Amino acid sequence: MGLLVEIKKKLKGFSLDVSFSIDGEYLGILGPSGSGKSMTLKCIAGVETPDEGRIVLNGKVLFDSEKKINLIPQERNIGYLFQNYALFPHMTVEENIGLGLKLPKIEKKRKVKEMIESFRLQGLESKYPNQLSGGQQQRVALARCIVYKPDILMLDEPFSALDSHLKDQLQMEILALLKLYEGEVLVVSHNRDEIYKFCKKLVVLDQGKSILFGETKDIFRQPRLHSAARIVGCKNISRCEIISAYSVRAVDWGLILNTEHPVPDRTKYLGIQAHDFHLLKTSPDAGIARQNNVIKCQIEKIVEGELEYNIYFRNKEFADANGNSVLLYKVRKELWDNRQNKGDVYLRIPEKSILLLE
Amino acid sequence: MQMSPIIISMKTASAAIAFTFLLGIFVARWVVNIKSEKAKMVLDGILTLPLVLPPTVVGFLLLIIFGVNRPIGKFLLEFLGVKIVFSWPATVIAAVVISFPLMYRSARGAFEQIDPDLVMAAKTLGMSERKIFWRITMPLALPGVAGGGILAFARGLGEFGATAMIAGNIAHETRTLPLAIYTEVAAGNMEAASYYVIIVMSISFLVVALTNYFSLKERKYLK
Repeated sequence: MGLLVEIKKKLKGFSLDVSFSIDGEYLGILGPSGSGKSMTLKCIAGVETPDEGRIVLNGKVLFDSEKKINLIPQERNIGYLFQNYALFPHMTVEENIGLGLKLPKIEKKRKVKEMIESFRLQGLESKYPNQLSGGQQQRVALARCIVYKPDILMLDEPFSALDSHLKDQLQMEILALLKLYEGEVLVVSHNRDEIYKFCKKLVVLDQGKSILFGETKDIFRQPRLHSAARIVGCKNISRCEIISAYSVRAVDWGLILNTEHPVPDRTKYLGIQAHDFHLLKTSPDAGIARQNNVIKCQIEKIVEGELEYNIYFRNKEFADANGNSVLLYKVRKELWDNRQNKGDVYLRIPEKSILLLE
Repeated sequence: MQMSPIIISMKTASAAIAFTFLLGIFVARWVVNIKSEKAKMVLDGILTLPLVLPPTVVGFLLLIIFGVNRPIGKFLLEFLGVKIVFSWPATVIAAVVISFPLMYRSARGAFEQIDPDLVMAAKTLGMSERKIFWRITMPLALPGVAGGGILAFARGLGEFGATAMIAGNIAHETRTLPLAIYTEVAAGNMEAASYYVIIVMSISFLVVALTNYFSLKERKYLK
């Protein structure tokens, strides 16, 4: 059981090369805009045809270029929630939900009514899509997918079209509604937060290639690849040179850092998440600082956010004027405002927070 | 003023729009679904040609196709006993060919502005191609298709040049309203011509009013 995807397709500008498999868990596909996320969904749904590869859903072969199998979308039984919901504008809520059902009239009516209640759409039955709010439209579209009992549900950027102040609430709602559906769920997004909340497994797409596949938490904690680190939101990345088994030089920051684990030979970059710095209470003396991954900061800019400060800084003790890159440190406001040492700022990079990247 | 040009014109325009309407939709659907951009462009050019060519040129080409000494005309005459040129059916053929591009272009535009995601969504919901066409594509394209039909009807009604070339100007047979107007004016009967003119103008005004009605009509779902 589950979904297996191994497909290749040449497109304008890049080629799609995606492979992953899931087995009952929610899968997220994360990638920047234009990385081939929607195209991947379209290939699975059968509205686009890959050049080669295989797609198998719950043991049913949907596509196999070698065996010349290519089921039409109608035979695939896949629920596809489009980014813009793709509700039929000339049909009412009821008609939209019931349209795909091949059931006797009375049963169809009962089924549609049931969906309208589960998705809290009572009173909107005879409204047209453009008379609904974004959240209501989305619930109609989801109801339309789920009523059809698809083997898999694919959500394309489910929250990108919603107002941000409603997002949190709607995300919770959708999560609750998805409980009504027992089957595979695939979520495509460029939003790390959504994916992290929704999906146990994760595929990272970069320029059409699935570069990483695994547990969402593992990938966010240790993205392993330079491009994946950027995509999961690591802001501070430097080229690096390996010095010894447990130490590296961060070339762009002029730092020598000790690591927790042995440094793999293929390491070319290192990253540090903006939240992972430790603010030191007192100024350490120079020798200790060097041994303990401590940076003396030259603050460039402080941007105040709602809950935290974004502090942009450079390594003060790195003389190379051209090579000295800016780092970003995100800190809770009270921690920063109440810091004792108001003179030079020292940040420590914990060994276990260093991301060693290929 | 005689009634026969009015009757002939209405018959011709009605018969022509029946063909043009269906043919236009059919061909537009076909062209929209063609994958190769190049083939699409060439085909579109050919199908639009009757709109930009002088009607006499279209009439000339039709004469070459249907003339009794030409292969197709000969075939029709010898095997089916049908003589096309200088007979009533020729007025219909002329009107269809001349008005076709208007219908085709309107229908094509109407089909192309439909969000492809809607069709994809319908497919993933298991709807058959036929059901998608009748329940999704046609209803959404209807305003454009209807507008195109009305324009094509009006164009067919006003057809003069190609009709004169291939159907001639035979009283009670192929003399449509535009030809009758020409004939009366040529004979110096301005008064008789003016009646026909008023009739044509009335019909045309009605048609324009209908077009506006269709394009402005409030659709509930567009609110």
